[in-house]
Amino acid sequence: MSTDPNDIESLVNRRYEHGFVTDIAADSLPPGLDEDVVRAISAKKNEPEFMLEWRLKAYRHWLTMQEPEWAHVHYPPIDYQEISYFSAPISDEDRPQSLDEVDPKLLETYDKLGIPLHERARLAGVAVDAVFDSVSVATTFKERLHEAGVIFCPFSEAVTDHPELVQKYLSSVVPYRDNFFATLNSAVFSDGSFVYVPKGVRCPMELSTYFRINAANTGQFERTLIIADEGSHVSYLEGCTAPMRDENQLHAAVVELVALKDAEIKYSTVQNWYPGDENGKGGIYNFVTKRGDCRGDNSKISWTQVETGSAITWKYPSCVLRGNNSVGEFYSVAVANNMQQADTGTKMIHIGRNSTSTIVSKGISAGRAQNAYRGLVRVMPQAQGARNHTQCDSLLIGKECGAHTFPYMEVKNQSAKIEHEATTSKISADQLFYCRQRGISEEDAVNMIVNGFCKEVFKELPMEFAVEAQALLNVSLEGAVG
Amino acid sequence: MNMLEIKNLKAGIGDTEILTGLSLSVKPGEVHAIMGPNGSGKSTLAQVIAGHEDYEVRDGTVEFLGKNLLELEPEERAREGIFLGFQYPVEIPGVNNAYLLKAAVNAKRKHAGLGEIDAFEFLKIARETMKMLDMDPSFLNRGVNEGFSGGEKKRNEILQMAILEPRLAILDETDSGLDIDALKAVANGINALRDPERSIVLVTHYQRLLDYVEPDFVHVLSQGKIARSGDKSLALQLEEKGYDWVREAASA
Repeated sequence: MSTDPNDIESLVNRRYEHGFVTDIAADSLPPGLDEDVVRAISAKKNEPEFMLEWRLKAYRHWLTMQEPEWAHVHYPPIDYQEISYFSAPISDEDRPQSLDEVDPKLLETYDKLGIPLHERARLAGVAVDAVFDSVSVATTFKERLHEAGVIFCPFSEAVTDHPELVQKYLSSVVPYRDNFFATLNSAVFSDGSFVYVPKGVRCPMELSTYFRINAANTGQFERTLIIADEGSHVSYLEGCTAPMRDENQLHAAVVELVALKDAEIKYSTVQNWYPGDENGKGGIYNFVTKRGDCRGDNSKISWTQVETGSAITWKYPSCVLRGNNSVGEFYSVAVANNMQQADTGTKMIHIGRNSTSTIVSKGISAGRAQNAYRGLVRVMPQAQGARNHTQCDSLLIGKECGAHTFPYMEVKNQSAKIEHEATTSKISADQLFYCRQRGISEEDAVNMIVNGFCKEVFKELPMEFAVEAQALLNVSLEGAVG
Repeated sequence: MNMLEIKNLKAGIGDTEILTGLSLSVKPGEVHAIMGPNGSGKSTLAQVIAGHEDYEVRDGTVEFLGKNLLELEPEERAREGIFLGFQYPVEIPGVNNAYLLKAAVNAKRKHAGLGEIDAFEFLKIARETMKMLDMDPSFLNRGVNEGFSGGEKKRNEILQMAILEPRLAILDETDSGLDIDALKAVANGINALRDPERSIVLVTHYQRLLDYVEPDFVHVLSQGKIARSGDKSLALQLEEKGYDWVREAASA
């Protein structure tokens, strides 16, 4: 009764549940970055020569680059010499062949996250390539995938076992010169996932990876490459949580998707990295480059993301719509609470004739957070009949947060049809009182309103993931109103 | 035991005192009408009983079935059985009407130590109730009050009341802005819920609702307290003589 109903920001507080550090001895490189570090990483991975050369080219180019400053985020300068660029669980040498052989501590970690790996794998028929720190530890359902001819393995394994595919597609969507963070990733990335779906194959299950950042002070540089050959179909799920810690952690991942003629890739992300405490201390810096190339005619790439974590998010999953009649989609929910800063959105580059794209972005800001949508729709002169529909909605909780929209449109073909819709709304004290008068607690009311706001995006997620995403959103906004 | 027992209630916002020592007793099964001119404190009374945090209670007591209502949060009051039909029901875009109602029903059931009902059971109850109120089933699938007409919003309040089966229902100007058909439908809904175990407080500006829902008692509010109480004939008298008559009586 004593709280001011306008004081909506005071409910924004719940401690991060996934904050813990698993005590597994890590085999790490000392902090610092030079050519020797790049060579050491490549050597640790037993990489072929072409990889090392590519990494070194990237490193040398990175030295000439400036960290970008255009995003609507603020953070103290990152000292790249204070970061350790490689860390692997000690059990690296003896990679477990089945879940029974997995370090029980690791399984415990997953349990704490509410993700019992074996349960998930068994019940849901999901193949899980779990990335723990920088080395993949458990890979399941390989046989079923093998029968279908699908390659789903740690990136480092693909480099060894399928060098011709790696050499052909790596860097073909995100060149090593692309941007500061992608270039850094190219030089020092430690591992990630690799997927190849052969011609005409519909991948028999959802592919899923859980990322975790664990060893202290270790930047995490993931590299994911997914190739859908002609007429194939694959759905890939990525979810993350991280333990609580004090220092800021840098994460600069790169994801490249290639869809050839008539192929379809659906990439879904639920991101829950430690956002920092209520003063913004200790959260993850997430600078990610995600790009899909609809290389063939009638191909389709769909990004769906639910972003609740990280102190800073800098992320623009994009589609290059090269093929005629190709389709790009971006469905996003981005939550920023407390001192979180998010600058996220997408780029749709229309090159092919009659290429179409859809953007649905839902931004939720609470506490003192700043949430920016930045989206580019570019129609090239040859993209006759291109179409785009963008819907960009912001929901504000409380009085101290901000929502910003930066839409960019560059249309160089007169036949293009581009639509942009945007709304901004606020959870009002009246709405909350109405729900409470019906017996619904304030937090449940906020969850209900937020989930209602996001449902267009949630329905794009695979069922199991949608439930998880909804729960995650509820946790992220618990205490958001008061 | 009285359903509602208000003694010497003083409440207001900031420096303004709106209720200036109001007392009221409501027994189970009774229907009370609270009337009065604009600014007399009718809606404030409804909001204070529901627990709206903008209103500060400065003196007096409010008991509901013997419990001190003032120390309960709004949602606890609702779960105990208090329902407020809002004068201006708020829109909640994107939230399904059925979803909100089911959450409300289950919050109440949980509070009473009962198991939650599932979507099928809920829909069965909701459809039966809507039939009784002569409402279109499509109502359930719309956003809460989203794009509803004034009449639809008020009917939706009655629907919620019927499904939640409160012990004490306070209907704040549920009749305002309704055409005659909607008024009759709303009145039928209220009458259908009259029950020896349930009490209803109708806050209204005009007497016309009382042609359809016959109150046991009528109270006239003036300057934040009850100036006059009587049976339904008081409402008719009021209609005839206007509120000045009460104001004069109050200040006399």
